[in-house]
Amino acid sequence: MQTRWDWEYAFEILPDMVQGMLITIAVTLIGIVIAVILGLFLALGRRSSLKWLSYPTAWFIEFVRSTPLLIQIYMLFYALPATDLPRWLTTWPAFVTMFVALGIHYGCYASEAYRAGIESVPRGQWEASTSLNLKIKTTWRSVILPQAIPRSLPPLGNYFVAMFKDAPIGSAIALSGVLFVARAFQSADFRTVEPFTIAGLLFLAVSVPAAAFVRRLERRVAYESS
Amino acid sequence: MLNDLILNSRQYGHLLEGMWVTIQVLLGSFALGTVMSLVMGVARLSTRRWVRGSALAYIEFARGVAAIILLFWMFYAVPILFGAPSMPPMLAGILALGLNMGAYGAEIVRGAIQSVPKGQHEAATALNLSNRDRLREIILPQAIPIILPPYGNLTIEVLKGTALVSLITLSDLAYETQKLRQNNVISSDPVPLPILYLNTLIIYLILAQLLNLFFKIAERRSARKFGSV
Repeated sequence: MQTRWDWEYAFEILPDMVQGMLITIAVTLIGIVIAVILGLFLALGRRSSLKWLSYPTAWFIEFVRSTPLLIQIYMLFYALPATDLPRWLTTWPAFVTMFVALGIHYGCYASEAYRAGIESVPRGQWEASTSLNLKIKTTWRSVILPQAIPRSLPPLGNYFVAMFKDAPIGSAIALSGVLFVARAFQSADFRTVEPFTIAGLLFLAVSVPAAAFVRRLERRVAYESS
Repeated sequence: MLNDLILNSRQYGHLLEGMWVTIQVLLGSFALGTVMSLVMGVARLSTRRWVRGSALAYIEFARGVAAIILLFWMFYAVPILFGAPSMPPMLAGILALGLNMGAYGAEIVRGAIQSVPKGQHEAATALNLSNRDRLREIILPQAIPIILPPYGNLTIEVLKGTALVSLITLSDLAYETQKLRQNNVISSDPVPLPILYLNTLIIYLILAQLLNLFFKIAERRSARKFGSV
């Protein structure tokens, strides 16, 4: 069993840890793309005047937001392949499972950010669009969303920083991200201090600047819309 | 149809046993998180620079590191760093989740204190209240109705986070679910996996809704007690 911190060992494992971090970042980036698109559709679905569409959408968002991501990942990874659906449709590699799970989970959060943005567009904009006889599609595309989306950006940014911090959960299904690499070193070399501390430091190195960027974005949007 | 969605009593027994551990971790983390939120949220606004600085350092650290990394670090690295043999997983889970929650909570508390009108701070000073009385009698009572709604959401995030403690061998609801899945290989009454996970998700959903209800009641009571804001 080791004692305390060993610099030499720390530098030895650093390249592999960074490699794992890149996978964690990659899975987050793909997850963000899914969440940005899915979130918009969920937000629009929830606002729909069709009850058969808006009610299930609202329930789905509430359900996903109040249950742990870890169990949702297990659901996709273990339970989905156990259904009667064809195998090629349900059996995914861990990497795919992870970005789909992150995309769906944070898509539901993103929909709330969009919703707040849409609701912040003054009523007069809707009325003006009606009086100009714009089609509903044109109203959304050219009047409402261009105003709503910039205001949704800061909360979206916050959710995506949170998504990045949830990405290492992928180690639970053996996705070889940063935490998985740390655990591999733990079982290979019986050392824990360096791998887990480096994992933490790598996270700080990415998420603190990312959070600072979101705060700047927040100030800029507040400035422009005032 | 509905019968297909229900597990048998042995399986529910395991899940409920796990749920009890989940609730213990949640309560412990909530207690630690609330203390840290209040202390650090107030410290963030201190006039002493080193107090302000250390609160900020804590918040940036505990928010910047992922909860799951903090958990593994707490369980595997901290005992060795401090020369202790090991840490009980329950303690590691409560420390990691509580410290993580405290960092987010501190920002909520800070924001709420800052949103109390400046005149209230000044009036309290003019009445010659001590720093402590000003905070306890004037500022915090007005901040609580503002704190509660985001604090309720934060608590639900912590509930979701408790599932992670299953990864450091603590037998919570998520752990018991995984154990039922693994036992399927040798079990005489294997459980259909989609139904198993659906049940677990629904238990978490119910717990989250209970928290929601609890905070809604607290919000209404605080609004009545401290006047609507």
